[in-house]
Amino acid sequence: MNAPDSPVAAVGARARARFEEWAAQIGRALEPGERYAANYAGEATDFVRMNRGRIRQAGSVEQHALAIRLVRGARHAEHAVELTGMADDDRRAIAAAVAGLRALLPDIDDDPHLLLPDRVADTAHESGTGLPPSERVVDEILTAAHGLDLVGFYAAGPVWRAHANSDGQRNWHAATTFNLQWSLYDRGDKAVKSSYAGFAWDPAEWMRRMATARERLALVARPSRALVPGAYRAYLAPAALEEIVGLLGWGGFSGRALATRQSPLTRMQDGERLSAEVTIDEDMSAGVAPAFQSDGFTRPDRVALVRAGALAGSLVSPRTAREFSLVANGANGGESPESLAMAGGALAADRAIEALDTGLAIGNLWYTNYSDRPACRITGMTRFATFWVERGRIVAPVDPLRFDDTIYRMLGSNLEALTRETELLLSAESYGSRQLAGPRLPGALLRELRFTL
Amino acid sequence: MPFDAPIPDLAFEADYWSLRFVDRQTRTWTVRKNVALPPASARERGVMATVHDRGGLGYAATSDLSAAGLRAALVCAREWAHATAARSLLDARTLPRPSPRGQWASPGVGASWGATREWTDLLMAESTAAAIDPRIVDWTVGVEIRESTVRLVTSAGGDVVQRSRMMLPGLAVTAHANGDTQTRTLHGYRGICQQGGAEVLARFGFAGAGRRVADEALELVLAPNCPSGTMDLLAAPDQMILQIHESIGHPLELDRILGDERNFAGTSFVTPDLFGHYRYGSELLNVTFDPTRAEELASYGYDDEGTPAEKTWLIRRGILERPLGGATSQARSGLAGVANARADHWNRPAIDRMANLNLEPGGSSFDELVARVGRGVYMQTNASWSIDDSRNKFQFGCERGVLIEDGKLAGVVKNPNYRGVSASFWRSLAGVGDASTMQVLGTPYCGKGEPAQIIWVGHASPACLFTGVDVFGGDGS
Repeated sequence: MNAPDSPVAAVGARARARFEEWAAQIGRALEPGERYAANYAGEATDFVRMNRGRIRQAGSVEQHALAIRLVRGARHAEHAVELTGMADDDRRAIAAAVAGLRALLPDIDDDPHLLLPDRVADTAHESGTGLPPSERVVDEILTAAHGLDLVGFYAAGPVWRAHANSDGQRNWHAATTFNLQWSLYDRGDKAVKSSYAGFAWDPAEWMRRMATARERLALVARPSRALVPGAYRAYLAPAALEEIVGLLGWGGFSGRALATRQSPLTRMQDGERLSAEVTIDEDMSAGVAPAFQSDGFTRPDRVALVRAGALAGSLVSPRTAREFSLVANGANGGESPESLAMAGGALAADRAIEALDTGLAIGNLWYTNYSDRPACRITGMTRFATFWVERGRIVAPVDPLRFDDTIYRMLGSNLEALTRETELLLSAESYGSRQLAGPRLPGALLRELRFTL
Repeated sequence: MPFDAPIPDLAFEADYWSLRFVDRQTRTWTVRKNVALPPASARERGVMATVHDRGGLGYAATSDLSAAGLRAALVCAREWAHATAARSLLDARTLPRPSPRGQWASPGVGASWGATREWTDLLMAESTAAAIDPRIVDWTVGVEIRESTVRLVTSAGGDVVQRSRMMLPGLAVTAHANGDTQTRTLHGYRGICQQGGAEVLARFGFAGAGRRVADEALELVLAPNCPSGTMDLLAAPDQMILQIHESIGHPLELDRILGDERNFAGTSFVTPDLFGHYRYGSELLNVTFDPTRAEELASYGYDDEGTPAEKTWLIRRGILERPLGGATSQARSGLAGVANARADHWNRPAIDRMANLNLEPGGSSFDELVARVGRGVYMQTNASWSIDDSRNKFQFGCERGVLIEDGKLAGVVKNPNYRGVSASFWRSLAGVGDASTMQVLGTPYCGKGEPAQIIWVGHASPACLFTGVDVFGGDGS
């Protein structure tokens, strides 16, 4: 458990001092002609999993992963180690890692695509001032959910990311956050999913969101309607649009994928356009994702990806920049957005259902994938609170439907409006470690969306 | 070292506790477009402490493997057990307290990792061979080797050490022509994944695959689109593994059926009352949980709760017999299950997962299966997957299709897709290939859980024939 009596600032300072010591150890281990770059990913997280209004699994994880890259000329190799915070153990692990990499370098060819920063750019970011003990938060959650079939997940605690290199550059990003994702079930697959994430737990805000979820649960409790496949007007809430825009992050905006014609947005390179309402940036201003990438390049505040429906740019990693003679713009090796922002439109969010008139109000989509990648045709399912709406009023929840449509229709010819308000959707992903990412998105009103099953 | 020495006296008291130590080493070599990427390696070590006390249960994971670190993790886990006992879904006093003792090892454990120069030369040869035409715009060849030691020690006297070596090669070639882009791989992204050493590469003809896969990528980008309509589907093993995984494996996970995953990975159309009588598929459908097949990716001697693993039938002659549920889920549900409580690393708790989930071979040769098709498509290598949260309505796409007309293979088509509903799809299983059509494959990337976990699973399957399937192609070009 994260100790409630340890001030966040003190915990963060200890973590940062530990990282500085690791960086110094690597630096001392270098031989003439060698350089290094190191990336640290650490966290101390409480995880509580809930099912049927009770606790299913609860625990704490503390982890410290340090990836060390040793460079000599244009040869380089990387080794990652799990450190313990115990000084002697960590010193031995770092020494062994550097020695192992040094032994490897003679066997490696020069890398023609190696690109490292040519100037030092330090950064430091700390956010979050502290959280209540997780067991107390979970008690609040389950007290409010009394009598309800709540299934959910609470993750809380500090997350640290850092970069250091042999030029003396230091980048530090620390965020103490919580992320609660919960679903209230009525029956079978009929449920409402909600989220509450941020830097400070506010009981009043939690109660407000829970009250909203209860109201929607009452709508979900109505008899459901099974729709036949076909084309329907549809309103995608921001959480639903996230499933579509998030999929585009899988290669869509990658400089390398565009250069090799593998991006699902390749046709936009040839002039295909989305609606003029669509403007998409990688926007670091929210401070969610670290302002540096793993090679040590810092990120610009904003990278334009789509402007007024036209492809305007891409995410270019240093390796891609060197290979294709492009300019690196702070992307990591995967060249996926981490802080994507889509501009809002003119539709007031609280009038979206009225503007939909008759059609589907889709709260969440699920399991999207490309069904024809070059055409950017995407399939996926409706999930959670998805309703049939008639004349601007919610009539009934609908059984899960499969859509299969292209991005050029969904966010192009069939995009009627985007909501004025946008929503920051902090990532709850925790594969291996808690992710520091999250898009800011509006809702989208579509003239039609094609459903196939 | 906690992996090969007695656990020190930790002066710790609880109704039951366990320590699961993991030491994993990984090495990766990759060549892309005839350029060797920098080699990468990792060594990750840590321990998961689990405690049952006063009816509650908690866990704590740390990379500090000193005696003080182990004790601190156990104390933290016990605090969680006490703090949550009053609101716990499970009464920990009703859960099993395993005491297994034994050792297990996969093929290839302890073998040489191979020199970086040797791996680079091998991969470079395949990369060079793939560059056959200017329309080949990208290609990547790589291999990842993972070796793990997992030790489970329990307060009931259990002490199990298991060692495994995984070989994960991959090869992908992309062609672009006439405004279209098509990618062909060697059985999918990391679709070849087995336990063992270099023999795994030989088993799949890795040497020489660069040219072969490049030829097929070019063929695909010039091929017509897959036709649409209701027709027969002959699915190759490297598509069957996805079909089995998504529409048999996930729906049979007992923790899904019990509702644990409803907030994330989803629920299941299978309910507890269906076991023992529900017709999941045709008489030809026989599915086993088989952790005993040496080379298959998720073979092991014990699961991560310490339950001994053995081959178990899940579906026999089309009838559903039992779920994929480990000892904890079995205690919760009263249903018999299998040894499948698994964690993907030291920092995640065990949950119900697939391991090796296999479709048993039938009696038809590949030629006999093709000969039975009037109009259909033979689909190879999964490329797209999507299924609803109850694991029922699915849509899958493949890299490569071959038309079948009047019992004969007729020509390559691109963008082959099909959709269906799990609850009815398996009842259209009309032919199951014999052992000569079988391949042992899998995936290292099965996602599930809160916190999320990506685990490795094995799937073995013959080619299978389905009738009356909704088949369709791409949007254009």
